[in-house]
Amino acid sequence: MERFEYASPGSRKEAVSLLAGEWGQTEVLAGGTDLVSSMKDRAVTPKRVVSLKKVSDLGGIRNSGKELRIGAMTTLRELIENQHVKRNHPALLESADYIRSEQLRNMGTIGGELLQRPRCWYFRLGYGLLAQDNGKPLVPDGDNRYHAILGNSGPAYFVSPSMMAPILIALGARVELYSAGGTREIALEKLYQTPTLANEREHTLHPNEILTEIIVPHPAKGSHSAVYEVRQKEAMDWPLSAAAVVLEMNGGSVSKAHVVLGHVAPVPWPSPEAEQALEGKAISEETADAAGKAAVSKATPLSMNGYKVQLTRVAVKRALLQAAQGGA
Amino acid sequence: MAETNCKYEWPAAGDRHLIGTRISRIDGPAKASGRAKYTLDVNLPGMLFGKCLRSPYAHVKITAVDTSAAEKMPGVKAVRVIQGPGKEIQWAGDEIVEVAAASEEAAEDAVRAVKVEYQQLPFLVNEADFDKDKSAGRTKPAAELKVGDADKAFADPEVVSYEGEYGIPVMVHCCLEPHGHVVEWVGPQSIRTFSSTQGVSAVPGQFAEALSIPANNVETICRYIGGGFGSKFQMDRWGLSTAQLAKDAKKPVKYLLDRDAELEVAGCRPSGFVKVKVGAKKDGTLVAWQSDCWGTGGPSPSGVLPIPYVLDIPNRTRRHTFILTNIGPARAWRAPNHPQAAALTMTAVDDLAAKLNMDPLQMLMKNADLASENRGKVYKEELQKAAELSEWSKYWHPRGDKASGHIKRGLGVSMHTWGGRGHNSNCQITIQPDGSVTAELGSQDLGTGTRTVIAIVAAETLGLPVEAVTVKIGDSHYPYDGPSGGSTTVGGVSASTRRASVDALQQVLAAVAPGLGVPADQLVAVGGKIQAKGDASKSISWKQACRKLGVKSVQTHGKNPGQCSLGSSGVGGVGVADVSVDTETGQVKINRMVAVQDCGLIIDLKTAESQCYGALIMGVSYGLFEEKLMDNATGRMLNPNMEFYKIAGIGDVGELKVHMMTGPGYDERGVIGLGEPPVISPGAAISNAVANAIGVRVPNLPFTPDKVLAALAKGGMA
Amino acid sequence: MKKEKLRSRKKEEGNEGFNRRDFLKGAGVAVSGGILAGETQAVAQAAEETSGVQGPGETPVTLRVNGETKHLNIEPRVTLLDALRDRLDTTGAKRVCDRATCGACTMLVDDRPVYGCTVLAIEAQGHEVTTIEHFSQGGKLHPMMQAFVDHDAQQCGFCTPGFVMACIAFLKTHHNPTLEDVEKGLGGNLCRCGTYEGIRHAVLQAAKTMTAEKEGGLANG
Repeated sequence: MERFEYASPGSRKEAVSLLAGEWGQTEVLAGGTDLVSSMKDRAVTPKRVVSLKKVSDLGGIRNSGKELRIGAMTTLRELIENQHVKRNHPALLESADYIRSEQLRNMGTIGGELLQRPRCWYFRLGYGLLAQDNGKPLVPDGDNRYHAILGNSGPAYFVSPSMMAPILIALGARVELYSAGGTREIALEKLYQTPTLANEREHTLHPNEILTEIIVPHPAKGSHSAVYEVRQKEAMDWPLSAAAVVLEMNGGSVSKAHVVLGHVAPVPWPSPEAEQALEGKAISEETADAAGKAAVSKATPLSMNGYKVQLTRVAVKRALLQAAQGGA
Repeated sequence: MAETNCKYEWPAAGDRHLIGTRISRIDGPAKASGRAKYTLDVNLPGMLFGKCLRSPYAHVKITAVDTSAAEKMPGVKAVRVIQGPGKEIQWAGDEIVEVAAASEEAAEDAVRAVKVEYQQLPFLVNEADFDKDKSAGRTKPAAELKVGDADKAFADPEVVSYEGEYGIPVMVHCCLEPHGHVVEWVGPQSIRTFSSTQGVSAVPGQFAEALSIPANNVETICRYIGGGFGSKFQMDRWGLSTAQLAKDAKKPVKYLLDRDAELEVAGCRPSGFVKVKVGAKKDGTLVAWQSDCWGTGGPSPSGVLPIPYVLDIPNRTRRHTFILTNIGPARAWRAPNHPQAAALTMTAVDDLAAKLNMDPLQMLMKNADLASENRGKVYKEELQKAAELSEWSKYWHPRGDKASGHIKRGLGVSMHTWGGRGHNSNCQITIQPDGSVTAELGSQDLGTGTRTVIAIVAAETLGLPVEAVTVKIGDSHYPYDGPSGGSTTVGGVSASTRRASVDALQQVLAAVAPGLGVPADQLVAVGGKIQAKGDASKSISWKQACRKLGVKSVQTHGKNPGQCSLGSSGVGGVGVADVSVDTETGQVKINRMVAVQDCGLIIDLKTAESQCYGALIMGVSYGLFEEKLMDNATGRMLNPNMEFYKIAGIGDVGELKVHMMTGPGYDERGVIGLGEPPVISPGAAISNAVANAIGVRVPNLPFTPDKVLAALAKGGMA
Repeated sequence: MKKEKLRSRKKEEGNEGFNRRDFLKGAGVAVSGGILAGETQAVAQAAEETSGVQGPGETPVTLRVNGETKHLNIEPRVTLLDALRDRLDTTGAKRVCDRATCGACTMLVDDRPVYGCTVLAIEAQGHEVTTIEHFSQGGKLHPMMQAFVDHDAQQCGFCTPGFVMACIAFLKTHHNPTLEDVEKGLGGNLCRCGTYEGIRHAVLQAAKTMTAEKEGGLANG
């Protein structure tokens, strides 16, 4: 790890004032499991680390009656134990349950989970987010078994690592961002972007801006949701592919579907193809499979990750069937 | 077989009070409480921390090294160029410069300040494609094995043959405690090393030779070691540089590898890929084998895989080609070459059984007599036991689970062999007049239970409880003992300890015989007492007995090998896997794993069983997850971490069943090693179970979803 | 970081010179993104004066470890695990993966299990750090440790302290666990020798012992 200055501001105002206006100079520290690891890998080498632990108004979960407002520094453990979350968003619990490490759940925050950096091994080995060696892209001809099958026309090939973003996006979550200029609120989906330049990041947060709150609307009456991850290990492991679904129902049929894929693209990947395939239909093995098929209809697998197309199709199907069975 | 009437022979079954029972490991409390001090935990006054600059390239020539900036960094006390200009680096991660500084952070900064220039050379880091290996000029054939006439046997119209391709990739040891040492100079020509090593008695000689100091001036200490699995026999290049830095800086230096280096350079199990043709008569009798095998263990040739494995098929031809690659160098991995051989043999036999519409367990049963050393009878007993434990007749079915749905269940079997003869060992037993007993051996406990075994043998011999014996190992100042490799430790230390303890007891008996009025040869030590054989009324407590020694302590020395045989060699075992495969996702889940194993006379059943449980778990891990992934673009290891070098977690291993073959027919063989054999079969058994479940062979381990789906797409039942 | 003169600056993830003034310039970059320049600079300056930026050199850090107060002078980049192991000779927690994966460094912070390898020591200030050493004080083994011994839930023992800590923490939230609970709840620790069979039994045994002790009033939690 490179040396860095450490700051632990007491307010959000102070926090953003300590952040530099361009990427690479400063990093925000939340739970630390990802940032400290990436600093050890030298995937990031900030000159200053700004901890948000002492910023008092970044924690807690509030229920406004129509939505939950989750402070970005809320730990995953706090999220899991929260009564409002349990009552309104069991799919979030399901998602957190896949993070099969009590230590990570105690340390990790919801904000950090959403903004963790990609696990792409080229990135972690120091070849940058776009995985280039002297300008030559390493992923297309390299070992891309865990890389993107959608949104992968380059130069970014990594997959978005967040395990909770897909379900939160499917639930229509928004995020509140804070900078010296004030507060802005955007759809969580808009927090993510596919970088095209080496000095861009995979999210749209400004370098001197912090994520302060995640706002999750209460589900529409009678809606169902579920998360399905395909992973190798039962113990803590990264998904090979994941799907999150929220179904708004009109009697026995789907009036509106929200299908978001995880670990298949540089961003959490909403699938309008799958959503359209479902609308007006009752969920059955056939319609769920058709939606899975639609979800990957535009997949463009790389040399070694064709299997992820199949996994994604199945993840969508199973998430839908799980949701339809009352699911989460 | 033990000679009769030898004073050292193991007690008869009825006279054993401790041997063969389940006894908790004596260093369990130290480990469970975190008090056990490993090499990584050694902190000496004034100690410096080492860090190493390693090559980021797989194959380069070093043209320049500039350490001047590093030397001026704050806290830096010494810098050593390990491989300088002109040296050719053969794998990424190889050592270039080591520094010693006052803190780990300062050492890390200094390493970053070293400037190295390289000249790039062509590299090869993946060997599975034999044609590419050939065109890269990286092949080197080994001597061919030819027994009988395979061609002629295959030509027999009565012979049914099967041709298949199988593979098992390079994997790493991933010892949780990394390789490395703490070295301090205790005199101008003397050092003390704290080393994470499998060879406490062997390491001093390596340091002495490299440093040109007398071997007796080197003391090596390893009280606890956090895993070795065959990879920790050497001082290693970084051991020498750590000693040199300690000399330069005049302070102790600690250097153990960081995790990435540990996975890149300190452990590599050679791969094996094979094209096999195997033939049998229609009744399943194996008659012919022909194989073309290739694999890599880094830049030098590694072992030839012993295939066909276990089964000495009468007509067999084996060709093996070493592929010389730019990956880290090979190190022995728990039963070197055997897990690969099982994975390349038992799979082919299983496929042939399927072609013959035979139950593969019956096929192994039928051919068990092809095993060397007339071990067919043992294998048959073990196959029978494994069939019972796995409920084989209930769960096995012909290829392809016909149940509806996407979860397919299957069973697979494999068998294995190992030597395990006890190594050279020396044990010194000291009995003090106050009754205290100490056993000293220059051995080490890898977690197999060596300490416990020594205590049990001494205690059994002296008629004492296990707690009455103090075991001192892990220091080269104790009598020489062999390195812990090849499952040789238990046979060595148990025999030397037995001999030393018997001799020590005789002296105690001689001292108390006059007082009891019973000849020494009519006395026995049992239950904390010395008493007349068959007459408990004539007895004296152990403590009182030892007081008769007066001021003299008893000190005896036992050796292995030595008088009368206390152990032998050659064990067998059977592994069964029961898996479920999700044919939609290619995920393989373990339902149950079974190990049936013989190892002669078992000293401690509890730690013996633990070896088998652990071997099953490690087998699941390499069967499903493990592979050293090397990148063709950069020449580097892509997964030098524990996130993507995946090892099984607690929820991944299924239900485990272990059965140790003991009793008549086994016990009289004496003690034989156990650490390695049960890890051999699981990979092959899992492969066969997957094939049984989905009706198609997935050729290469580990069974990750991509490979399983690819096999299903080719011809399975997806 | 010393306030050396700015030399060069890379665009992304730059390593080179960087000082307080650069932060302000950096803040200026964001200004073009629509933030009021005057306010930003004022805030930044105010923060500079009050936030107590520490390091990158050594700085005083006070830790509470197993009930004792420890004063250290360390750089902010030093992890809690390294502070304990390298500076306080508290070596029960092991450094293995060093990336929040294997659990060998598991310790409790305010009674919750964490990976010490990815907690900055400076961040642990004001919290109670409990390591495995705490649970065998006076030589008496914690029931979980005893269960590990009884079920031979250890071989080389290097993952063991981390596992014991994870198991102790696990039983605080699972008083009567099933085997499935155990397997799910301990997914954040890895063993290489393969001691999971013993660990599964040990946790189930310790759950019983500890419940019995509680019911018998022998322990108070």
